[in-house]
This record gives sequence, structure tokens and C-alpha cells, in this order.
Amino acid sequence: MNKPVPPTELQYEQDAPLYAARKKVYPQKVSGTFRRIKWGLMAFCLGVYYLLPFVRWNRGLGAPDQAVLIDLPNSRFYFFFIELWPQEVYYFTGLLIVAALTLFLMNSLGGRIWCGYLCPQTVWTDLFYAVERMIEGDRRERMRKDAAGGAVKLQRFAEIGLKHAIWLVIAWWTGGAWVLYFNDAPTLVKQLFFFQAPMLAYIWIAILTATTYVLAGFMREQVCVYMCPWPRIQAALTDEWALNVTYKYDRGEKRTSLKKAKELRALGQQVGDCIDCYQCVAVCPTGIDIRDGAQLECIQCGLCIDACDTVMKKIGRETRLIGYDNDINIHRRQAGKSPIYRFVRPRTVVYSALITTVGAIMLYAMLTRSLLDINVLHDRNPVAIKLSDGSIRNAYTVRLLNKRGFDRVIAIDIDGPTNATVHVVGADSVTPDRPMIILGRDQTTELRLLVTAPAENNPEKSIPVWFRVTDIGLGEVTSATDNFVSP
Amino acid sequence: MAEHNEIDQVTGTATTGHQWDGIKELNTPLPRWWVITFYLTIIWSIGYWIVYPAWPLLASHTTGLFGYSSRADVAVELANLEKIRGDKMVKLGAASLVEIEKDPALLALARARGKTVFGDNCAPCHGSGGAGAKGYPNLNDDEWIWGGSLDKILETIQYGARSGHAKAHEGAMLAFGKDGVLKKEEIVTVANYVRALSGLSTGKGYDAKAGAKIFADNCVACHGDAGKGNQELGAPNLTDKIWLYGSDEATLVETISNGRAGVMPAWVGRLDPSTIKALAVYVHSLGGGQ
Repeated sequence: MNKPVPPTELQYEQDAPLYAARKKVYPQKVSGTFRRIKWGLMAFCLGVYYLLPFVRWNRGLGAPDQAVLIDLPNSRFYFFFIELWPQEVYYFTGLLIVAALTLFLMNSLGGRIWCGYLCPQTVWTDLFYAVERMIEGDRRERMRKDAAGGAVKLQRFAEIGLKHAIWLVIAWWTGGAWVLYFNDAPTLVKQLFFFQAPMLAYIWIAILTATTYVLAGFMREQVCVYMCPWPRIQAALTDEWALNVTYKYDRGEKRTSLKKAKELRALGQQVGDCIDCYQCVAVCPTGIDIRDGAQLECIQCGLCIDACDTVMKKIGRETRLIGYDNDINIHRRQAGKSPIYRFVRPRTVVYSALITTVGAIMLYAMLTRSLLDINVLHDRNPVAIKLSDGSIRNAYTVRLLNKRGFDRVIAIDIDGPTNATVHVVGADSVTPDRPMIILGRDQTTELRLLVTAPAENNPEKSIPVWFRVTDIGLGEVTSATDNFVSP
Repeated sequence: MAEHNEIDQVTGTATTGHQWDGIKELNTPLPRWWVITFYLTIIWSIGYWIVYPAWPLLASHTTGLFGYSSRADVAVELANLEKIRGDKMVKLGAASLVEIEKDPALLALARARGKTVFGDNCAPCHGSGGAGAKGYPNLNDDEWIWGGSLDKILETIQYGARSGHAKAHEGAMLAFGKDGVLKKEEIVTVANYVRALSGLSTGKGYDAKAGAKIFADNCVACHGDAGKGNQELGAPNLTDKIWLYGSDEATLVETISNGRAGVMPAWVGRLDPSTIKALAVYVHSLGGGQ
């Protein structure tokens, strides 16, 4: 056996553990501009999420009257005036592209705005903190109560119990709202109340209740720091011009106590505005010190700005020692130049142009999308049939889609081998050369179509054949092509 | 074994004493909860031995406490499926064949049901798409030996041809050569005559008059004066472009010499009436129906 080699280089780590345990964060209550913005956005986001399923939209008889509905059994997605079919999921692709580009644009303008203001994790964690603060008190009180720990007191138990109960109610409501998007909301609420809802609904409510409760109640900032890929990606998307929550160290340093600062200023010496009061740290939901500079853990929620502004007002200094700014401006100020804010940059212009383009394409596709569709599939077995008089017949499976909310009469024409005839199995209409079909509203219909080319016009090889579908009433025409094959 | 208790300085964990290329193995036991869970799963599995069928015996197996069997589960599920399908199949059984073809919903049901049943029962001979093979009729074309109307197709499926069923189609191509009715040269001549009937080329030195005479004497009884065939007797139309066994001279000589009597099984009794109905509608809708 080899002789153990003493890890001399690593000696300095001897006392420190390899992994640091989580330090619980006790964000302090704060008020100010950004807190108000956050309250507003929270109310808006949660309001939309919880109430949207109850918004009604009249689509006529037999169709669901819920404004936003994901109808999985019937494979339809309803969004106000839009009704999407499964084969139109590319609209979602477009929506995702727009969402991604918007995120890029947000990043180049104001850094991780998403993380700090709109991310569900932030919104729900913020809400859970508010509940905790309301019941257990503010930062100091909570710290004191947690430190007391072992001392069993009835009041403390009641507090904790109440807190978790309210958390669970919020989490349960969150899961409940989720399932309402997949079913008629008022009906489902009634069913849920009388325990008659489908099992799947209860399972989903349970899953989302559990995730909300655990993620917003216990995991909190750890989701952002350890689990979420966005901080990494968004940090990479942010450029040097983007406005980030920044401690303006050109103004703040050197930090001294309020009293000492006064003395030094009286002597005409240069002192920083930061009085090292740690208010920015106390209010931070991820428990970091913004004065250490931009960092992964910072979700850019702006609460430290409010905290610092409060202090600055109190001590009679200019506000926004911490504010939305960037390093370029700090360096400019240090060099005696005025700060500049540049929102129109190649990057933002490109993002905006892309968003506009994709949006325009989607809008165009949406407005001109066909409400009558045809898909043709050539029968493979047999590919072609020789009839007794020597003519050749090919069979096709034709799927017609009527995306309109009423029945339609459509005619089928073909354009293929000379003098070829078309016949729909099971639909011997009064016009034998031009089959007519009734398409049920909001439905797909599958037909078996036989195309026969007379013996004298038998094509030697495979030739294209066009299937044209005409709505007799509206004149809407759609077509599809396939091949006509000889044996 | 003093090394075993050596403490790693970085982690403060004891090492196992194992060392490879200067890399030491830390003695990090599995967490207690993990080990307990592991043992619990073992205990849990013993429950399975008792509750569920588990142990093979010589001729049978242990049945478990509840007598559970996945086969019984399948039977229950199949029964449920039948119940779900029940109404629709009853409707199918009650409707006439023509009504089924006129009603898009019933037609779709009949075609779906028919296609499945066709794949299970008919495909081995007629091909999965009904394209047929030599000796097995193509069901997509419009030549029907026993008739191609809905009723006729239904009848053929029900009772078959030469199947031994009392109501089966009877009638076979006679073996004119084997039975000594026609001589070899006569058979070649009439084979060429038949080829000429459907517009195919004839062999060198073929005597059309002699062919017509042989045909008139021996074949018209079944295939008709013009060779148009007779569906009552299952005699194929000899003037069209479709040949069940092939149209070249050698094949025709073989057919005339030894006769043909392919068998179509009877399905009545093997498939329930509504299924046979669905099958008839499916075959008719393949496109060749009359």
C-alpha cells in the first residue's frame, strides 16, 4: 500500500466544511416604489391566474363558453376568439419564440426583470413571506422566535400552525386554479365541492398544492440559486448597458458610520454615503449583500433600493445610492462625466424587430388560416387496382377538417388523369361526377375516395392528382395533392 | 489494520484503508433512512409472495390470498369493452346493409370493425388490404365470381364457397384433361380461344374456328355463349381483364386440364352476425362492390 500523502495544499480548508448549510433568510418588511410595483404585479399575475378560468366567452350552442380552455378530450385549445386544433400547435411555437425574444429584450434593457418581478417562484414566495410576516412578525421577531426554538409555547405552536394552514390554503387554491383551465370552471368547482370531480383533477390539485407549498414555503431562494437555470442563462444575456440593481460604489465608498461621516465631512474630507446600516441585506429575499456587486443570487427585485432610499431620506442624503444602473455609468461618474443611458442599441433594435416580425407572421397566419382543410393519404395496399374493363383505380383516404361552427356542404373535384372519375364510398349523391359531402361543424371527417382512370387514359407511370374541395355556400376552396399510380 | 481508522483531513471522514494511485476511499456509509427503506422494501415484497400468485408449484402455482389473476382482469376489461361497444354493435346489427352504407357514423363503425376482423380472419388469403393473390380473389376490383352486391358479399362470407356448409356456393371448374373429356391439343386450342375473348394475343397456328367449337360444346353451359360468365354458378367472366389464376396459355391449359375449386370458408357460427355484417360492408366499401 502506498504511503498516504498529506494534503498540504488543502490544509487551509481543514476547518471549513465542504458544504455550507443553508442560512435561513429573514427578509424584513420594506416599503417604497419597487415594493409598490411588486405588489401591483403580484396582484395582477395572481389575479389573472386565479380568475381567468371564470371568464366566459360565447361561442354558440354546443361549444364551450370558457374564454381560456385546454380541452384535452376533444383536442382543442380555446383562447378568447381563437380556437386551435392539434395540428396548429405551431402557433405555440411562435408564442414561445416571442416569449423568449421578449425575455432577451427585457434582459438587454433592465437585466433580470423576469426573476425579480414576474417569475412565479418570486411571486408566490413573496406572497408566502407576506403571510409569514403577518403572523410571526417582522425580521427581528422571527429571528428571535426561531432562536428560542426549544421553548415550547402554545402561542408559538398556534402561530406556526396558522401560518402553515394559510400557506396550504394558498397552495391548494393554486393547484385548484390549474385544473380549472382544463375543464368548465364553474362545473368543476361544483364537482370538486361535492367530491364528484374526476380523480385526475384531485391528483393534479394534490401535485400542485405540494409543489407550491414546498417551493414557496421552504425552498424559496434556493430554487433560484440552486435549481433554476434562468439565472445562468439570463446573466449571460445581460450586456454592459443593461440596467441592473447596482450599488453605486463611486458614491457609497468609503463606508463609515453616520456620526463619523458627519465629523469627516465637517473637516471637508471625502466620505461615502453608505453608512453600513445593512438595511439592504436585511430586506433581501435571497440574503445577499448587493454591495458585493452583481451576483448570481441577486434576483433583481429592487427591494434593497427601497430599503436604502428610506435610509438615505432619513439621513438627508440623496436617494438611489442603490438603483438601476450599470458599471459604465459608475466609471463615467468616477471620471467626472455625466452618466448616459442608452436603450436604443443594435441588440435591442434587433430583438424588437424580431419580436415585431414573428408577431406579424403569427398574426397573418392567424387571420388567414384555413378553416377548411384536406389531408390525402394514398392507399398502399393495394396501390392500384385493375378493373375488369382494364381501367385503373387508386384509392385514397381523405380527411376533411371543418373548423367552422356550422355544418357545411362541400364538393370534391379532382384534377388528375384525363377523364378520370371520382367516387366517395358511401356517398352516392345526385351528382355522380362531383361528389358532395356534408361536413359536421367543428369536426374532421374521413372519406374513402376512389379515382378511376379509363383504360385508354391509363397513365404509364405515377402522375400527380389534385384534390380540390369547395365549400358550396362560402366558396372557400382548399386543395391537396397526391399521386396516381399504375400497377 | 490501523489505516482503517485514518481520518481524511479535508472531509474529516474515516477512510476504509483502500488506496489506489494515492486516491483514498472514504468510509461513507449509506444514510440510515436509505438502509431502512431498503429493508422495508424487502419486507414489503414478502407481502407480495403471500397476497399475489407468486410461487410455481409442480403442476400449478400458489394463488395468493385474494385469488387475484391478471387473466381475470383481462376478462373483466374485455367484458367492459363489449359493454361500451354494445349499443353501437346492436345498432349495427339492427340496420340493413344499405342503411349502414348511407349513415356515415354506422359506415365508419362498420369499416373500422370490419377492417379489424378482416385483418384477423381474411388477410391470410386475401391480403391485408384485400388485394388478393393467385387463386384468392382481389376484393378491390369489380370482378365478382359470386356477385358483388352487399347481399351477395354477405352471403359469400356467411356460407363460403365449397366450404361444406349446406348453403355454401357450389360449382367448380371441371377437369377436362384429367377426366379425359378433352385432348391435349384441344385444350391448347380452347385456351387460346379464351385468351382471344378478352383481347389477348393468341399462339401461332391457332385455329379460331376449332376453338369456338370446343368452347361452344364444353364451356358455354357455365361461362355463357359469349364467355361472360355466370355468378349463380361461380363461373368467371372470361372476357374481362381480370384473371384469378392467371391468363397466360400455360396457366389456362392447367386450369382447363385439372379444373379449379378454391375454397372460401363459411364464417357463420364463427363470427357473430353483426360482425359479419360489418365485414360485408367493409369489403363492399373497398371499392369493388356492385
